[in-house]
Amino acid sequence: MVQKNLNLKNKLIRYFPLILLYFSVLNEFDIDVPSFGLLSFNLPFIIIFYWSLKDPDHIGSGLIFISGVLNDVTLGHPIGVSSFIYLIIIAFASYLRNITLRPNIYKDSIIFLIAILFANSVNALILSFIFFAEIIFYEILTNTILTFLLYFIFAKMFNYLKPVSA
Amino acid sequence: MASGRDDFIIAVRSAFLKKSNKQQFSLLALIIFSILLIFLSNLNFIGIKYVKIGVNEATYRLSAIISYPEKKLNESFIFLSEYFNVYKENQNLKEKVDKLNAEKLSYTFLENENKKLKEIVGENTNSSDLIISKVLIDKDGKFLKSIILNKGSKDGIKKGMVVLETNYLVGQVIEVNYTTSRAILISDLNSNIPVVIEPGSFQSILSGTGKNYGKIKYSKNKLLLNEATIVYTSGSGGNFRAGLPIGKINNEIEDLAVEFFSDLSQLSYVKIQSIEGQTE
Repeated sequence: MVQKNLNLKNKLIRYFPLILLYFSVLNEFDIDVPSFGLLSFNLPFIIIFYWSLKDPDHIGSGLIFISGVLNDVTLGHPIGVSSFIYLIIIAFASYLRNITLRPNIYKDSIIFLIAILFANSVNALILSFIFFAEIIFYEILTNTILTFLLYFIFAKMFNYLKPVSA
Repeated sequence: MASGRDDFIIAVRSAFLKKSNKQQFSLLALIIFSILLIFLSNLNFIGIKYVKIGVNEATYRLSAIISYPEKKLNESFIFLSEYFNVYKENQNLKEKVDKLNAEKLSYTFLENENKKLKEIVGENTNSSDLIISKVLIDKDGKFLKSIILNKGSKDGIKKGMVVLETNYLVGQVIEVNYTTSRAILISDLNSNIPVVIEPGSFQSILSGTGKNYGKIKYSKNKLLLNEATIVYTSGSGGNFRAGLPIGKINNEIEDLAVEFFSDLSQLSYVKIQSIEGQTE
């Protein structure tokens, strides 16, 4: 019985990043700050980048691709856009993993910032030039900055989770 | 120098083509597949349309369940903040009720007179069906301001139908699935509604700003509008019935800004209206 409970707990911890990813693509997180309005951050970017960098087998690219499709449906975007953006984030993380000998959170975060700036730019370009949607660039910029700042907190949290879930 | 370039090429090749034991697909294959999906979506490929309808049905329900705790938390917070303002609001409402009662009498007279005049002129008074729908998801996306409704084609919802809260215009249906549908809000950047501004009967276009207010655009004359100016749908273009109230001018927010009568971030139940003879 104790062994069974332990297995369940281990499984829950093992699949926690995946559950969190699917939870966040189905429910976008917003923080209501009175003087700034509604601030949102992109939790899927953080989860995908961190786990593709530290443990690519933890969340497979196929599952990330599907989460992108679900995100497109939830937000009303054309199918395939978010999947493409998520795969760009994976590409940046994989490249960083291949060239890094001694991992360091500050180096990771700089590449993360470049990755999300590039991904959000590609997203805006696809939506405006292919699908002719109008975009508020200020909102995307605040979203990018907040996502970057929160990367440090989530990375710390995932660092504790990584040895347990391995 | 050549070695550095080789390292870069090896790292890029490894990132895009290498897959570990647990990975089913290489990154490059998935990227190519997603680009293909984007182009097929852009070309409105029929297969993609059916896949999208299927995914929509499942995802909207799932998303509504997952968003439920956050929605309830927001509602509780709003309830609490409203509770503390209740006395002041009650006094204001009493004053408003007195005023409205007085105005109602004159409006009833005007409504009857308007009906008679329309009959004389020969204009059709469009009969309309109302469908009450619950808002399943009201997430504010970075790119699209829309709501998901729990009524779809099986309930008679069609693309282009008008979405109202009480009697105020809040949006239009843009996507219909079997049991759910999506409506674009009037605050969305891509929303442009032909309106008439009263008093004065100025014809114009109301555009969404992506925020909780709209803006008057494309006005022929330089308009001098004050706080008492109300914006209604004009009915031009045939997408909306004429005379649906939308909001009032509020120059404090921005020049020619329109403050909506409905709070678009707090929609829980809406009315979906079809107008006979409306083009679909």
